[in-house]
Amino acid sequence: MKTPFRTAVLAIVGKDLRAEIRSRELLSVMAIFAVLCILVFSFALELDRGAREEAISGVLWVTLVFASLLGFNRSLALEGDQGNLDAMLLAPVSRSAIFFGKLLSNYLFTLIVALVILPLMTVIYNSNLLKGWLILTTVVGVFGFSSIGTLLAMLTLHTRSREAMLPIAMLPVALPLLLTAVRASTNILNDAPAREWLLWLQLLAAVTLIYLALCWLLCGFVLEE
Amino acid sequence: MGEKTPIIEVENLSKTFGLLPVLRSVSFGVARGETIMLLGQNGGGKSTLLRLLAGLSKPTAGLIRIGGWQMPKEVMEVRRQIGLVSHQPLLYGNLSARENLDFFGKLYGLTKDERVEGIGAVLDQVGLAKRADSLARDFSRGMQQRLSIARALLHQPEILLLDEPFTGLDQAAAETLEHLVLSAQREERTLIMTTHQLGRAPALARRALILSRGQIAFDGDIATMSAASLGELYASLCGGAAVA
Repeated sequence: MKTPFRTAVLAIVGKDLRAEIRSRELLSVMAIFAVLCILVFSFALELDRGAREEAISGVLWVTLVFASLLGFNRSLALEGDQGNLDAMLLAPVSRSAIFFGKLLSNYLFTLIVALVILPLMTVIYNSNLLKGWLILTTVVGVFGFSSIGTLLAMLTLHTRSREAMLPIAMLPVALPLLLTAVRASTNILNDAPAREWLLWLQLLAAVTLIYLALCWLLCGFVLEE
Repeated sequence: MGEKTPIIEVENLSKTFGLLPVLRSVSFGVARGETIMLLGQNGGGKSTLLRLLAGLSKPTAGLIRIGGWQMPKEVMEVRRQIGLVSHQPLLYGNLSARENLDFFGKLYGLTKDERVEGIGAVLDQVGLAKRADSLARDFSRGMQQRLSIARALLHQPEILLLDEPFTGLDQAAAETLEHLVLSAQREERTLIMTTHQLGRAPALARRALILSRGQIAFDGDIATMSAASLGELYASLCGGAAVA
């Protein structure tokens, strides 16, 4: 008899949060990287004010994607390095519960980083990124990245050069998410009429749902040997 | 063996990684409450066999039946009956002993009361009750291995699979582990253990399987054998000596 899905998912999320509160291994690395990334882009675009304003949403999403890559790699490494993933796989829980547990943990950590960098970018780039619709776009987009990132991090967990393999595998797959998220964000930041960004936001939500469904279908195969 | 009900039945089991055959047509049965020592060289297929029995890997061919359930088709029914102790601790260093056990207890669907009672009991059994709230990363290798046994015993499995549990342990820690294995035997659990330390084998198990090149080269009684004669048998079958 299987352990209920919800019990298993909550146990995994609770375990990850408890371990992170104690060690701060993931969030500190992700947040420091994100802040550095924002500063580097800010300095690089310092001389061209127009280009700087146009690049804000690109900077936001590139920063989030790279910071999340660091987080996904580390989060799954904590499971793989000590063989803990095997200990979870031994338990009578469905593979999708393990996937969703890890997905929700990764999502929470990336979302926290996103909620830190949005006000920071507002100050550094002198542009209001704390708009409701932009926050919603971030919430949806980060979930899409977390879905595909968690699955691919599980897939590359036992490869020899895991740190390099995850970005190589994830960036091409995540391109539709990145494109729609950047388009929606740019239009929201430019105060464009709703009809110009709502479609992109809907498209982002649709791509996120499709990726989530694919991850759900594939996680069983990925978590088998 | 014939007197007791077989809890594990393995028939013509084969496992291939790519083109490399690791197990070739392996067949054996294990009676309920029996302890089996699985011996063989590195790469001989011992760990692969344990992973197959634990449901962590799927066979290329052949049949595994545990407690009447067929693997891997009915693996969910089998998982609750199996506890695995690996040479890796399978623990979270940033969680305390109690938190580690609580997490795995939840994954096995134990209720809060069952977890509280069970965690206290297994920590007591492995002698870690006083360190229940210490982080697992602060434990010595021997203590981590004992906590790993506590994790494997928490859901009261009928079958305990131990993959080289003595690896990296000092003499005192190895003796403690030996006592825990003997106590699991007294509780009539079925044990399958791999080791390279032949000297420990006759004291812990009556029966041994020696795997050589993915096949069973020996399946018999070792209770009356001395460590030296077991070593000779092992060397003749595997062409090398294990640690005595």
